[in-house]
Amino acid sequence: MPNPGDLEWNRRDLMVAAGTCAALPVIGEGAYSQPTPVGTPVLNDVSFEVNGEQRTLAIDTRTTLLDALREHLHLTGTKKGCDHGQCGACTVIVDGQRLNSCLTLAVMHQGSSVTTIEGLGTADKLHPMQAAFIKHDGFQCGYCTPGQICSGVAMLDEIKAGIPSHATVDLTAAAAVTEAEIRERMSGNICRCGAYSNIVEAVTEVAGRQG
Amino acid sequence: MRAFTYERASSPAAAATAAARNPEAKFIAGGTNLLDLMKLEIETPTHLVDVNGLKLDTIEATPDGGLRIGALVRNTALAADESVRRDYGVLSRALLAGASGQLRNRATTAGNLLQRTRCPYFYDTAQPCNKRQPGSGCSALGGFSRQLGVIGVSDACIATHPSDMAVAMRALDAMVETVKADASTRTIPIAELHRSPGSTPHLETTLAPGELITAVTLPKPIGGTQIYRKVRDRASYAFALVSVAAIVQRDGSGRISLGGIAPKPWRVEAAERELPRGAKAAAAAMLDGARPTPENAFKLPLVERTLGAVLSEARA
Repeated sequence: MPNPGDLEWNRRDLMVAAGTCAALPVIGEGAYSQPTPVGTPVLNDVSFEVNGEQRTLAIDTRTTLLDALREHLHLTGTKKGCDHGQCGACTVIVDGQRLNSCLTLAVMHQGSSVTTIEGLGTADKLHPMQAAFIKHDGFQCGYCTPGQICSGVAMLDEIKAGIPSHATVDLTAAAAVTEAEIRERMSGNICRCGAYSNIVEAVTEVAGRQG
Repeated sequence: MRAFTYERASSPAAAATAAARNPEAKFIAGGTNLLDLMKLEIETPTHLVDVNGLKLDTIEATPDGGLRIGALVRNTALAADESVRRDYGVLSRALLAGASGQLRNRATTAGNLLQRTRCPYFYDTAQPCNKRQPGSGCSALGGFSRQLGVIGVSDACIATHPSDMAVAMRALDAMVETVKADASTRTIPIAELHRSPGSTPHLETTLAPGELITAVTLPKPIGGTQIYRKVRDRASYAFALVSVAAIVQRDGSGRISLGGIAPKPWRVEAAERELPRGAKAAAAAMLDGARPTPENAFKLPLVERTLGAVLSEARA
């Protein structure tokens, strides 16, 4: 056990330890019905770039891109919220487009280029969107934040690329960067703390700087 | 999730062959619906045929002035396509009313057509559901049915088809192109793609085992004012309670297709004759034979009022 007084003991380690402790009593207890056989795991090789670095994995075909990032590559900045594409916490940028990494398999991304929150900026050199989220207090607990930031960055690129949204008034004209556009385009990222108004301010500031 | 083997298909016919060879195989493209269902073990394929590498992701003009949309064109790309925005606005609007930016970036044209119902009892593996487990019964009929179907439903199933895109495509008389394992191709009118549930709600389409959708074609543009109005519980990122896809001409004639109320995009061509008489007459004709539950009977007046709003907007 680590020293309880050890300040290096971060939240991630704590969560891993807590999860292990919670799981232990269940094993061998037999309180749950026998799980259905899941078949023999199948391993496949896949190779893709993550934050500029080439990574190759021999991975169970069932592994989502999200689990590959978190559990195999230990890039835990990308969060698992609902794991069903409803919350957006797992949003990463693949080949320039944002997607829900929980709803795509790692083996489907042979040759892809993946950018996670770790690849957008560093503590010393924040991405403008990260800096804007801090400045505008665009979060409370922070769990949805990596997904919000990846989504915000890719979303502004979508506006620049001329992709319309449900909030776009005229389909034949370029979309404007309005609050209504930002809110609509960010609707796939849920914030349980309700920091939405500050998130909109942060994204608006970055959009203005880019414009 | 159950274990499965995985292959990347090299051609549409090879994909169809691979899928036809194994009755437990599934195609995977965007994966946004299939993987969700696999995690819940509602779908349990033992083999996945990844079709993403097939070159079916282009949008091109057809010789007769229409549009051919590759099966793998993502929903974002289709909604943003210049000719779709200009000539088939109802399709662009329907796509943009569905899902989220992240999901539209992955979801494909064919996958959107083939997505499965979001009926809560289909998703709850602890409950009987004739669609998930044929013969087990329908929990929705006596259950929470607010979101569910009011017309075209059966005693076995009242699930709705959740797509927005398909509702617009139904109004546009889209055609679905496919290839089978023997490399034969055919074209299916979208009206004939989805089956009525009857006593076999687990059979959702008229596609043969292994048959792969390769494209959706649209006839040449018919102009008119094109509107997609979606009524839902949230302003964004929610499935429709009721949706109306409308193409209204200057003389008051038009085409109407409805979403959120039936196991397939709901269009009654004969009812469109009533359009010049107004929303009440047209809605009544379209909803003839409806059999709502007490919880979702509100959808009948909601269709009429949403259609009324759409017709007013078209006239404005």
